[in-house]
Amino acid sequence: MADPMRIRAQVTGDKATVRVLMSHEMETGQRKDSAGKTIPAWFIQEVTVAHNGKNVLTAQWGPAVSKNPFMQCVVKGAKAGDKIAVTWVDNKGDKRTDEATVS
Amino acid sequence: MKHLITSAAVAALAFASVGTGFAQDATKGIEEYRKMLEDGNPAELFEMKGEELWKQKRGPKQASLEKCDLGKGPGVVKGAFVELPRYFADTGRVQDLESRLVTCMGTLQGFNEEEIKKTPFGRGEMANVTALATWIATASRGMRFNLPTAHPEERRFYELGKRAFFYRAGPHDFSCAACHAQENIRIRLQDLPNLTKNPGDGVGFAAWPAYRVSNGQMWSMQLRLNDCYRQQRFPYPGFASDVTIALGSYMGINAKGAASIAPAIKR
Amino acid sequence: MKTRREMLSSGAKLAALMASVGLLPATAMADWNKVAFDAKTLAEAVKGLGGGAPVASKDVTITGPDIAENGAVVPVGASTTLAGVKQLALMVEKNPNALAAVFNVTDAVEPSVSTRVKMGQSSNVFAVAIMNDGKVYYAQKEIKVTLGGCGG
Ligand code: HEC
Repeated sequence: MADPMRIRAQVTGDKATVRVLMSHEMETGQRKDSAGKTIPAWFIQEVTVAHNGKNVLTAQWGPAVSKNPFMQCVVKGAKAGDKIAVTWVDNKGDKRTDEATVS
Repeated sequence: MKHLITSAAVAALAFASVGTGFAQDATKGIEEYRKMLEDGNPAELFEMKGEELWKQKRGPKQASLEKCDLGKGPGVVKGAFVELPRYFADTGRVQDLESRLVTCMGTLQGFNEEEIKKTPFGRGEMANVTALATWIATASRGMRFNLPTAHPEERRFYELGKRAFFYRAGPHDFSCAACHAQENIRIRLQDLPNLTKNPGDGVGFAAWPAYRVSNGQMWSMQLRLNDCYRQQRFPYPGFASDVTIALGSYMGINAKGAASIAPAIKR
Repeated sequence: MKTRREMLSSGAKLAALMASVGLLPATAMADWNKVAFDAKTLAEAVKGLGGGAPVASKDVTITGPDIAENGAVVPVGASTTLAGVKQLALMVEKNPNALAAVFNVTDAVEPSVSTRVKMGQSSNVFAVAIMNDGKVYYAQKEIKVTLGGCGG
């Protein structure tokens, strides 16, 4: 099981800034281990951000996104108490969703 | 798109010819880069994990660490980090944060302490020790280092650490002091802090555990020391060995008054 | 362009079909834009995302440091003041595959996103805005890397 994400969602005016940290190797598939064997690619391919259950942003990522990825976006009309849920799916089909309350 | 590519080639040439002014610009640029990474330091992922591990019932005894005494009484986390290493009467030893955590994992949770100490960094229970240390350091963020020196063992460890810091040996006749006892030393673009005095807020002892951008790993102070021993071409004296804790006492007491930014983000 | 899109979508359908009958690991993501992510050049990547010829624009902004101490983690962001943006992409010219990330923006979010990418060497980095009408605008910035981020 993948480790939880860190999601912070803070209101400024009539929108909320959402910052997400995800725990993931983001292996490119281009590196070799000490025995010279290629380490297979393993990376997050899709990220969705939902505001109170409605999808507001979908991203597709390649292996060039850094290990333990960070992402920031700004959700319009989000108020304190609203829910922001983030889901990622990686190329092995592993999946994780975490939710935070806007503050 | 072709014109874009040519402009890149031109820029690359210009870059190569900048020459001497480059080091200065680079230092400023790197500062800006580091600032950008502070917001959203992946160390927060380890901090979250550490907090969970502290509260979770684990180990053969199915107990949490919430009664662990880090020096300020059972369960007190805030402020503990800036007063370690210190002397603990129950073990009769000066201990740093990581070795103290291992003690608690042994006594409270029933884990085999020797097994944990032998586990490589980043694996199994050792990875958990690092996560715990990250969370505990976070609770003292912004507080100033103030290691106790009242106990004779604490003073003995300071002296022991000082000796270890200046001890020269190995194929290059290096000591820690060779790299860390002067101002304005750098290796490539790394500024090396002077650790024989207070190196300032958020430098040296006041910065680790730190998330290392270069390898995406969370490094504890014990691992930082392990790597500096490697740079010194010395064998690592072992996790939580007296000399590593003594070095912690030496650097920690020298850092008196420096504000902790741990967990930091470092190259 | 149209035929290409059709091909892509039928490819996706085929993949979904194969997945449903167990020919592909259930894990393979049918929607992931392999064509765009496999592209070696910026132009190919933009095309793979369904965009036309890219035009430089002051209304698109790329943020990032002038210099990155380590190419393994380079903070970059893309934003635009233009209305009608469909996708914001971040591309690194000299990476083996140019496209690093693409964000499908809706009206419910600001057209402003940031993340961190790996860079193997100093390179121009592009914020690319692909509009609803297929027009493509970009901004670029050179980021110097003191240590490449694709090794260890
Ligand atoms: C060959 C030179 C060298 C020697 C000898 C050396 N170090 Fe280091 N040390 C470094 C370098 C280089 C860094 C910074 C690494 C980086 O930023 O990647 C560093 C970083 C550190 C830091 C963290 C500083 C900070 O602010 O991040 C501490 C603490 C430290 N060393 C302690 C020691 C101790 C204790 C010893 C002796 C056991 C020692 N070092 C021996 C080169 C050395």
